[in-house]
Amino acid sequence: MARRTWNWPESEVTPEGVYLRRREFLSLGAAGALGFAGAAMAFSCKASAKDPPGGSFANVKRGAFATEEKQTPFGDVSSYNNYYEFGTGKSDPSENAGAFRTRPWTIAFEGEIKKPRVVDIDELLGWFSFEERIYRMRCVEAWSMVIPWVGFPLADLIKRLEPTSNAKYVAFTSKLDPAQMPGQRRSVLDWPYVEGLRMDEAMHPLTILAVGLYGRVLPNQNGAPLRLVVPWKYGFKGIKAIVKMRFVDQEPPTTWHKMAPDEYGFYANVNPEVDHPRWSQAKERRIGEFLKRKTLPFNGYADLVGSLYGGMDLRKFY
Amino acid sequence: MPTAARLSRALKPAVFLACGLPLAKLAFDAWHDHLSANPIAEVMNRLGFWTLFFLVASLAATPMKALFGWTAQMRVRRMVGLFAFFYATLHLSTYLALDQAFDISDIAEDIVKRKFITVGFVAFLLLVPLALTSTDRAVKRLGFRRWKRVHRLAYVAASLGVVHFAWRVKADLLVPAIFGAVLLSLFAARIWTARTKRRASPTSPSFAREPGDGRPPGGGIPA
Repeated sequence: MARRTWNWPESEVTPEGVYLRRREFLSLGAAGALGFAGAAMAFSCKASAKDPPGGSFANVKRGAFATEEKQTPFGDVSSYNNYYEFGTGKSDPSENAGAFRTRPWTIAFEGEIKKPRVVDIDELLGWFSFEERIYRMRCVEAWSMVIPWVGFPLADLIKRLEPTSNAKYVAFTSKLDPAQMPGQRRSVLDWPYVEGLRMDEAMHPLTILAVGLYGRVLPNQNGAPLRLVVPWKYGFKGIKAIVKMRFVDQEPPTTWHKMAPDEYGFYANVNPEVDHPRWSQAKERRIGEFLKRKTLPFNGYADLVGSLYGGMDLRKFY
Repeated sequence: MPTAARLSRALKPAVFLACGLPLAKLAFDAWHDHLSANPIAEVMNRLGFWTLFFLVASLAATPMKALFGWTAQMRVRRMVGLFAFFYATLHLSTYLALDQAFDISDIAEDIVKRKFITVGFVAFLLLVPLALTSTDRAVKRLGFRRWKRVHRLAYVAASLGVVHFAWRVKADLLVPAIFGAVLLSLFAARIWTARTKRRASPTSPSFAREPGDGRPPGGGIPA
């Protein structure tokens, strides 16, 4: 008799090999016309993907703000992303993060809160019931996905931590472990990865900490065991493998801003009007689609978050 | 037939096939859905990489001869250079057709406003006259010295290609830096050999077969 998937210990879940999704070919007549002689250029999203490791979440309710747009297949979400700790190629995270250990894991809460402390991940996860949040994800590189995350509002955690009135920002820090994260052996970025949110952004009901996607435990390459998801901002704000949250009164440094301050701002709100200095942000390619679509202000969440930035010059605070 | 002769005859077809491998791999991966979740970007990146690879490889031919006395690669230099142009054309076509879907205003804006695209586009334009004058007849028509001077544009195109690549990546400059370093050492090798040749006697036997190559003005055989 088959046991239920959510009872399987992680070690016992063997990938069932390659499962084939129905291919979604997008034949491109243009390719032939351009003299791609002989090369049968049939494009599709990546059609095969290994079964995800890890267990499933039982009884995850659909949360608020869900988009009805077509969801990006699990195989694409888990095989195409940026996570420079595991390499700078898009497939590096899925190729190199498999053996990453997400237990034991602790998260340090520091700074302007009632009781700074270090909490074990499993204790922390016990504090919340998880819900599904189906969000658009817009990468600063002008591609996008629709991802059904599993997680909980960051606001719920912050309320429990009881920040003081000096807490104006939350500074997040990612895991630093070059032995396990091969990308950190080269100083492509200033490790560890750090990110930050203004307190009102962190408390916004759209902002979640994710522990899973597609109803299953978050794959290592997507930021296990705990990552940030802020759907109206470019994807790089969504720091992965969080080990520390510090509540501070000053705008904290953020990794990509340190790397190239004129290219990546602290806010990094999705904004089709403000180009990246090297490329346009007006359009995006939804993964799995051929024609680019127009990028929406605040990634389509303007009615929910626009008021956070009232009176701010979004060209200056990009 | 002696082995050396047979190897020599096999050189051109072998290099031709080798230069086609990246395209074959691309077709294979397209067929098997191994072009990532974002195939258009993947195709563009791969074609761009191989453009630069073959361009730099073709530029390595002459320094290899001067430094090590190898000559076999000189017979395939033109083919490798034309393959660079072939991959550049596919790279640009992928951008125009698949990435931009021929949206002329977006493309124009990109070429004018995005430095890395401007530079990449100029690099491609520089390759066009080189491809057009790659025939023996063109060499004769232009005269060898003039033809050679025109074809030094390949160095400019390759340099712009490296800049195009470096300006494109977000943070990881490793691969563009490797291309840049190889190109710089090829420059250095050419400058160094040109200097030694200038010092050497004009009848220096190792260069005697290439008319006009680095000789003092008037020393070349008129084409």
